[in-house]
Amino acid sequence: MNIVVCIKQVPDTKGGVSFKPDGTLDRAAMLAIMNPDDKAGLEAALQLKDQYGAHVTVVTMGLPKADAVLREAMAMGADDAYLVTDRVLGGADTWATSSTLVGAVSKLDYDLVITGRQAIDGDTAQVGPQLSEKLGIPVISYAQEIKIDGEYVEVRRQFEDRYHIVRAKMPCLLTALSELAEPRYMTPGGIIDALAKEVTVWNRVDLKDVEDSNIGLNGSPTKIAKASDKVRKGAGEKVVLDTPEESVEYLIGKLSEKHVI
Amino acid sequence: MDFQFDQQHEMARTLFKEFAEKEVKPLAIEVDEEERFPVETVEKMSKYGFLGIPYAKEYGGQGSDILTYAMCVEELSKVCATTGVIVSAHTSLCLDPIATYGTEEQKQKYLVPLCKGEKLGAFGLTEPGAGTDAQGVQTKAVLDGDEYILNGSKCFITNGYYADVYIIIAYTDIKEDAKGRKKKVFSAFIVEKDTPGFTFGTKEKKMGIRGSATYELVFQDCRVPKENLLGAEGEGFHIAMHTLDGGRIGIASQALGIAEGALDRAVAYVKDRKQFGKSLADFQNTQFVLADLKARCDAAQLLVYKAAEAKQRGGDYGMQSAEAKLFAAETAMYVTTKVVQLFGGYGYIREYEVERMMRDAKITEIYEGTSEVQRMVIAKELLK
Repeated sequence: MNIVVCIKQVPDTKGGVSFKPDGTLDRAAMLAIMNPDDKAGLEAALQLKDQYGAHVTVVTMGLPKADAVLREAMAMGADDAYLVTDRVLGGADTWATSSTLVGAVSKLDYDLVITGRQAIDGDTAQVGPQLSEKLGIPVISYAQEIKIDGEYVEVRRQFEDRYHIVRAKMPCLLTALSELAEPRYMTPGGIIDALAKEVTVWNRVDLKDVEDSNIGLNGSPTKIAKASDKVRKGAGEKVVLDTPEESVEYLIGKLSEKHVI
Repeated sequence: MDFQFDQQHEMARTLFKEFAEKEVKPLAIEVDEEERFPVETVEKMSKYGFLGIPYAKEYGGQGSDILTYAMCVEELSKVCATTGVIVSAHTSLCLDPIATYGTEEQKQKYLVPLCKGEKLGAFGLTEPGAGTDAQGVQTKAVLDGDEYILNGSKCFITNGYYADVYIIIAYTDIKEDAKGRKKKVFSAFIVEKDTPGFTFGTKEKKMGIRGSATYELVFQDCRVPKENLLGAEGEGFHIAMHTLDGGRIGIASQALGIAEGALDRAVAYVKDRKQFGKSLADFQNTQFVLADLKARCDAAQLLVYKAAEAKQRGGDYGMQSAEAKLFAAETAMYVTTKVVQLFGGYGYIREYEVERMMRDAKITEIYEGTSEVQRMVIAKELLK
């Protein structure tokens, strides 16, 4: 079985956020980590590898320094890695990103494609489903438990208050959540192996089936009017009430007021 | 000379730091309070290869180097010195002598499961009457057919009871030296837990590293197969000293981690704590103390990494490891004492953890050769 996992290098929000004048993220200026949902997707793939045996390939689109997350993925157990990088691909929105990834993923053998649900920088949750649409394969989002049954994949799709068991014929795309799979650590020996391996670099010219009108900032229908760091919340209101009953009543009142309940 | 880490060591640092923060730090207070050996952490460390870092993959190790191992002990010790010493005693004191002096059969039988973390290791030299003075060792091994019979006891043995494989130093002969003085001749043995005649005595109650299991080992007519002699008969003293040279790098890394961990806590605390309307960090006294601690930590780190690199290169690294251990241990004690002072009353409260670091730091000036022994080693090398 061949599994392709799409991962993204994202700014570590603990290290602060900075923007370029055009409103897009200044990724070069920020500390970078593997997107948590993508790491959960990689973990799911590695668990399938442990259980059924599989060849796990990781793909990322990004700056040359995104090589680091590919190395990390291989140190966790991925078998090989592809970096899709080119200046003309920069500033891509979800449409341009999924168009570019289709060009890369369709060059690889896959039974399953796994992406994270969403990235902590853009929070759109669109790239995975768009990629499945453009690849012409079914998508099952929010995958928790994944079982392989011959040509089929059976997935427990987790919602807040229920779950669905969804079965699809492979090839199929799954999206994973960081809450649902605790990723494994690298190992010291895995790090050595990962650094000894090749990361295949693909540039624009290697993505022959992708049209110029669908890539980069120019191929992005989304135009960012303004982007800013989120406004920090205040310290909140401290309320001290005498009895648990009063506290509960107060809380219910507040939650009703906000239409939470 | 390049003081920049390469990508391999940067990635290893990230790994150890993340593991320490997520898996080790949350248990540190409990492990100390309850004097509990953190079995669950050892299992996780074995899963991720932390128990065989500098040994070849063909023997189940990670194929990495001494510097990576030192960084592992350092990062673990930043948050829990107990966990740091478990890895150090296992790796430096048990695996290293087998990897260095073991036969191929011994390596296959013992080094492989030890590197994989399927088994835990320990080392026994110290006895009630023999600490720095190895000639005081009373444990005796007598060859009887195909077995050695061991009698005696060892004390203060780290990883005692929880370890499966023990390197035991016993005397096998008494010979006269050139001046006609009687000298014990030592040999080293690999002894498995559950060998008949091998039992555990008192579990020590300690000032610091309270989660690490420190036991007395008792040998009463304990029969050890002849093939478990490590190295040649009579080579035990050399094996013990060589092993301790390496062990000192592990303990120096532990001490370094304790010092750095305490400094990290201090930096966070002084920014937060306010007195006289400003944060402690705004007082020049605080700044001067922190600057001094940082400089000492960095100096200790350079000595520790230099010793690790020296061992990696091979040859004699005894003086470097003695310097690293001496300076890192005294740095750990100095830094933790100053950090407790910076914390004021809170520093004396167990919940704030820096008092634990101060208690943990003290042992690094004592075990695997006291600071005085390190000075002797360094001076001897200087004056020869």
